Amino acid sequence: MTAQEVRQVVVDIIADIAIDDDVTTIDDATPLREQLDLDSMDFLDIVMELKKRHKVEVPQEDYPELATMSGCVQYLTPKFQ
Amino acid sequence: MDNKYDVIVIGAGMSGLAAGIRLAMFGKKVCIVEKHIITGGLNSYYTRSKRDFDVGLHAMTNFVEKGTRKRPLTKLLKQLRIPYDSLELEQQKNSLIHFPDFKLKFNNDFELLLSQISEYFPHEVDGFNKFVEYINEYNEVALDNKTFMAKDVARKFLKDEYLIEMIFCPLLIYGSAWEDDMDFSQFVIMFKSIYLEGFCRPKGGVRTIINLLLNKLEESGCELKFRSEVKNIIKKDGKVKGVVLKKGDILYADKVISSMGHPETIKVLCEEDDLDKETQNNDQRMPKVGPLSFCESIVCLDMKPSQFGIDDTIVFYNNSSQYHYQKPKDLYDNRSAVVCFPNNFTNDDLEEGIARVTFMANYNKWHELEKPLYKEHKSKVLCDSLEIIQSIYEDFSPQVTFSDVFTPTTIKKYTGHFDGTVYGSTDKLRDGKTKTEGLFLCGTDQGFLGIVGSMLSGISMANLHGLME
Ligand SMILES: Cc1cc2nc3c(=O)[nH]c(=O)nc-3n(C[C@H](O)[C@H](O)[C@H](O)COP(=O)(O)OP(=O)(O)OC[C@H]3O[C@@H](n4cnc5c(N)ncnc54)[C@H](O)[C@@H]3O)c2cc1C
Repeated sequence: MTAQEVRQVVVDIIADIAIDDDVTTIDDATPLREQLDLDSMDFLDIVMELKKRHKVEVPQEDYPELATMSGCVQYLTPKFQ
Repeated sequence: MDNKYDVIVIGAGMSGLAAGIRLAMFGKKVCIVEKHIITGGLNSYYTRSKRDFDVGLHAMTNFVEKGTRKRPLTKLLKQLRIPYDSLELEQQKNSLIHFPDFKLKFNNDFELLLSQISEYFPHEVDGFNKFVEYINEYNEVALDNKTFMAKDVARKFLKDEYLIEMIFCPLLIYGSAWEDDMDFSQFVIMFKSIYLEGFCRPKGGVRTIINLLLNKLEESGCELKFRSEVKNIIKKDGKVKGVVLKKGDILYADKVISSMGHPETIKVLCEEDDLDKETQNNDQRMPKVGPLSFCESIVCLDMKPSQFGIDDTIVFYNNSSQYHYQKPKDLYDNRSAVVCFPNNFTNDDLEEGIARVTFMANYNKWHELEKPLYKEHKSKVLCDSLEIIQSIYEDFSPQVTFSDVFTPTTIKKYTGHFDGTVYGSTDKLRDGKTKTEGLFLCGTDQGFLGIVGSMLSGISMANLHGLME
């Protein structure tokens, strides 16, 4: 998967979780929590959705890597290869 | 084995349904077992003479506008993947705390209550503002909060007992398991959910919420068994093993989440080796049974309340300066009541005018009554209900086209809660953990109640004990 495709995977998951938020305007460098209605429970959901949909596992100590969209893409792309 | 699950959830009320959805959504094999033939529990529905009624819905608390972040309602919808708009929420017009000397109005704009307090209790404005600030900063949902009583805290900010009684009245009757006072965390939950957020009603009432939950449940692949009363929860070596149903089936799981209530759950807990014995000795101390139950009259009217000039949504009526929130010594207590007009939300989707009047009631007294007497007293409840309406507004009785009354014994019969308790035991288990490994509580006796609270309870217990391992 390309970085762009991985970004789309994450956007799709966020769109399903932050169901009433607009995900088309996400700024990749700004923490997701500041732009969207996401709290720690929702980050857990992102991780669980990654596992459920793509069998990609993120150990708890790596959660901070997912703070921004660019962080997500950078951290997850190798896991999707 | 098809009778082996990852998690068994007992009860298909609001909390059990929410827990089941969360767990199944992430691939757990889950079964909800429900003793009744329909879902909803304390917040269910029924039909009488072709009319649809809600059991436990005056109003949904915690109203916030779409897109409001990090509030209980939006949080829970997000966790269950339910779009805000699908509830089609209508807001209350306004509610009233009706005591003999003062009437305080409030609605979903907190400014109204503030202005009422400055009008009637000008000497308390400062104290009240500071109290609200304190409440706003308190983390009421921390699972390790200690239990201490709210009136002691209120008295640090407010001096006027009359105002304290008035502020507490709606919060007690809408969610206190304790008599005359409540745990401070619960107080803060109720204060925020009623005064700072507010009342609303989904279009179509409780069925709308339940149908949304049932659709999600089906989507998630969670199994739901009706007519499946749990007779025993089995444990061995301090660990939960599964449940035995009254009809004989045994279902196994290493995790059981129960929404039956705290004493109700402990009562059916049983050592595997003792299952066949006549008397099962249960060495655990029994948690207290909640003292508070209600009776309620529902009357249909051939006119809408607005045609009588009534625009109140909910009235918290009390006939003296002191509010007695206690298990009544007699069948019920007509010194106070909650009067609800479900028509008086912004958009009225009901065909008829409806008024609901709720009194505190004593389960044991109702339980002792023989059938003819039981009926007679139900008619008295109805008379008293109409009298209260008359004392606040005018005589409604000629307009009544249909009426129904339910009592604590009705609540016991349909939900299994000991003594028909509505707000559960005073022995809450905040973190949901019982002494038996793998056995957890959710719903009322975990500590979050009401429609929104119980769903949040189911979600948080499922997350904590089922998903975050
Ligand atoms: C008259 C009334 C008015 C109310 N008004 C409001 C209101 O206006 N707004 C609001 O927010 N809240 C209101 N409530 C409160 C609200 O309905 C409850 O707090 C909430 O529904 C509790 O949900 P729960 O899941 O914790 O428990 P319950 O709804 O009690 O769910 C427990 C479920 O477990 C099942 N069960 C019990 N024992 C067994 C067993 N042995 N085996 C299998 N299943 C079992 C029961 O049948 C039930 O379905 C009201 C309640 C009542 C009674």
